Amino acid sequence: MSEAERIPVLETRKLGISFGGLKAVNDFNIKIYQGELVGLIGPNGAGKTTVFNLLTGVYVPTEGTVMLNGVPLNGKKTYQFVHAGVARTFQNIRLFRDMSVIDNVRAAFTKDIKYNFFDASFRTPRFWNEEKKITEKAMDLLRLCRLDDVAEVPASGLPYGRQRKLEIARALATDMKLLLLDEPAAGMNPTETAELLECINTIRDRFGIAILLIEHDMSLVMNVCQRIQVIDYGQTIASGLPEEIAKNPKVIAAYLGE
Amino acid sequence: MKKSKTARGYFLNTAVIVVLFTAFQFVTEALGSRSSFKLVLAPCLWQCCYLIILAASLNMVLGFLGQLSLGHCGFMAVGAYTAALISLACERAGVFGDKHGAAFVLVLFGCILAAGLLAAVVGLLLGIPALRLKGDYLAIITLGFGMIIVNIINNLPFCGQDGLALGSAAASLYKNGLGFGSKGKVEYLWAAISVTVICLTLMFMFVRSKYGRAIRAIRDDEIAASASGINTSFYKVFTFAYSAFFAGIAGALYACANATLSTASFAFTNGGILNSTFVVVMVVLGGMGSMTGSIVAAVIMFFVNYEIKNGAWVSALPAAVSGVFEYPMLVYALVLIIVIMFRPKGIFGSYEFSLQNLIPDIRAAHAARAAAKAERKEAGSHV
Amino acid sequence: MSTFFQTLIVGLRLGSIYALIALGYTMVYGIIRLINFAHGDFIMVGGYTMIFVVPAVLALGLPAWAAVVAAIAVCVLVGMATELIAYRPVRKKGTAMTALITAIAMSLFLENLAQAIPAIGPNPKVASQIFSAGGISIGPVTLEYTTIITIVISAVVMIVLWEFTQKTRLGRAMRCVSEDKAAATLMGINVNRTILLTFAIGSGLAAVAALMYMAQYPKVYTTMGSLLGLKAFVSAVLGGIGIIPGAVLGGIVIGLVESFTTSYISSSMADTFVFLILIVVLIIKPAGILGRNAGEKV
Repeated sequence: MSEAERIPVLETRKLGISFGGLKAVNDFNIKIYQGELVGLIGPNGAGKTTVFNLLTGVYVPTEGTVMLNGVPLNGKKTYQFVHAGVARTFQNIRLFRDMSVIDNVRAAFTKDIKYNFFDASFRTPRFWNEEKKITEKAMDLLRLCRLDDVAEVPASGLPYGRQRKLEIARALATDMKLLLLDEPAAGMNPTETAELLECINTIRDRFGIAILLIEHDMSLVMNVCQRIQVIDYGQTIASGLPEEIAKNPKVIAAYLGE
Repeated sequence: MKKSKTARGYFLNTAVIVVLFTAFQFVTEALGSRSSFKLVLAPCLWQCCYLIILAASLNMVLGFLGQLSLGHCGFMAVGAYTAALISLACERAGVFGDKHGAAFVLVLFGCILAAGLLAAVVGLLLGIPALRLKGDYLAIITLGFGMIIVNIINNLPFCGQDGLALGSAAASLYKNGLGFGSKGKVEYLWAAISVTVICLTLMFMFVRSKYGRAIRAIRDDEIAASASGINTSFYKVFTFAYSAFFAGIAGALYACANATLSTASFAFTNGGILNSTFVVVMVVLGGMGSMTGSIVAAVIMFFVNYEIKNGAWVSALPAAVSGVFEYPMLVYALVLIIVIMFRPKGIFGSYEFSLQNLIPDIRAAHAARAAAKAERKEAGSHV
Repeated sequence: MSTFFQTLIVGLRLGSIYALIALGYTMVYGIIRLINFAHGDFIMVGGYTMIFVVPAVLALGLPAWAAVVAAIAVCVLVGMATELIAYRPVRKKGTAMTALITAIAMSLFLENLAQAIPAIGPNPKVASQIFSAGGISIGPVTLEYTTIITIVISAVVMIVLWEFTQKTRLGRAMRCVSEDKAAATLMGINVNRTILLTFAIGSGLAAVAALMYMAQYPKVYTTMGSLLGLKAFVSAVLGGIGIIPGAVLGGIVIGLVESFTTSYISSSMADTFVFLILIVVLIIKPAGILGRNAGEKV
């Protein structure tokens, strides 16, 4: 199948939002296909996280559409975006701090748990089966992110790097088609970053999903992403292959300042 | 492997509850006719029952969902009036004559269930506007609700200001409804206790399921919860209504334990034990997020309140100290401030009592304490 | 028709009292995002101060309303003490929930402490006449002096407060702190002192509100602040919490609703209507009439 005929996992058309007259993001267009890892870069305050908030329904766009597998998600709430298949992590870690590591992941399975209120109240066999199933699934994800040894520890007790990984594990639990990672390597040392990259690659290969990655570290993005889109002042200034981006004079100007 | 352990836990708990309950029945049989049991202990147990349900149900909202609700006694009032009115109607319709027999027991439990359901509906109506929003709106709406509900009940022609009198004091709950006298309180103590045990079990099952996980996730981070696919509005409103359901049941038990109802006893400014803020004190003291804590704190606070009002030792105290006890709410307000400042986790934090894990838990606590001590010693030696 | 105008005037008067109280709520909420439940009880504190000071003031040959100076002083002190002793330590190490619980506990504490003080006690006290009786008659409608003074003073206080927050250094500091505490610290603003000052101003306004309230309803009791405070908070939410003109607008609306419900429907349902309005507003426009929806920063 040629690229033109495939339906992209994520497609946005003329996506934009303004806060009181200020256009934070304007005319943002992107297409991501299954199995792709795309980087979204730009200088500080360029509107990268705002794009993520638009793609997850945290902000309601003032113009344009977000489409997931060709289905528009206008007017949907954040949790409905997740049900449609968008999962994300946050720039400043947002874990369920007072819950155990495994409960963090199990909470993200909530929408897939089939038992109802009656089953929960009277502990029917369906309850036990479902709980067993999702506990196994959650342990599986923890193993993938090498967190299985701390399953019962409160999330706030984990070191920084592992908290980041737990966020990814939690996002994976939503059974997504598109994963949005907001600066996953921020504040990590080189060893942790290398481990994280390995984790991200495993995820992409194993789940066959599309990943959109915001990252500050140019060298990291250049290494792992197949395509890169650069925004500045809410506008797309370049998009293409990593080597093209590296040579693009507009990008260099935006990063170094004019 | 894990399941067999949980299964064993359930078996153990059920067995212990059955044994305790049977033993309790024997004690009631044996002591039921003694006046100290009949006049002091049985009424106290009734009060403890509804306070425990009240505290535990508020904990679902305050401790697990992380929202402040200040009108919990309002739901209790709704439940109490519902149960009372239905029981009066049944008596008038001749469903039961005296307070014995299967028909009455059926009416009793029917009233209790109906009380819970109506309170849940009110909770739903209140929770939908308040919980759609983030922030402290629930606190203010429930505070308003707690103040207004008394007003509304007073203005309902069939409830009236002076209790359920319908124009005459003759229609008292004690005589015609489900209100129990001291003998009835002993006779139906099993009903109060089994309702309490059932309610606690249901609440416990709720917080230990996907529902509990979802609401704890919302408490810890609402945005991350919705980004994990949790329909935050639904779980918030549902939990709030479910909590109101149990408050309504507590209200029904209150109606059972009283000769007549008066809205004044549920009023927000009420200085007694049925004050929404008092319930908050119990939950905070026991530990937000610990059902065990709420149960223990409800009993402690009941006992403290009882002793302040009835204890012989109070009059033996110097006048300055016993003077403060004239205003128990002042003491509770201070308790609340001190607990929040110095031990915001309350007595139990989020610990839950479990028969099966009791011994390992105690061991772990000992080990933790020893470790903390050793650490302190080490830190000391470095200085 | 005269009933209508009379009701309108009563509503405006009541509304300006609510507005004064709502300002205190809104300022504190704007700066530390806390519903200061104890704010209603500051009115009670102000009321009792006036009760005790008015005889002394009269003995000195001054008009009764001069007692408000003492009431303001006491309220400011109580407000600042509340912030210093209870709110600040909890804010430092607790969550929004613990701060809210502290606020409700402070409210309860103040109410019951007042009851426990022998000179106050649980029974209501009747205040003496504050402003001179009488009024101006325009056709069938009578404008009492009390009403005129209440509305005028409220209006003046609000304008002064608005000018203060917009034009003065301290006012600007307050707005900075409410926008972003960390940034304000970096700009050299003493955040804690600014918050304390906000509490002082808010509590002072509560004392002025107490004067207005007593001029109209000369009865003071320990729980007078709870319903008054609730309605004022509803006003603040209605207008848009954290916005000064919003509090004024909300106060007037609630005052009018209450007076019209009282005279045309039933006095015992007035509070219920006020409460229903809150619910309706929260459904239709949660940010309030003048508020704008601002999402949480992610």
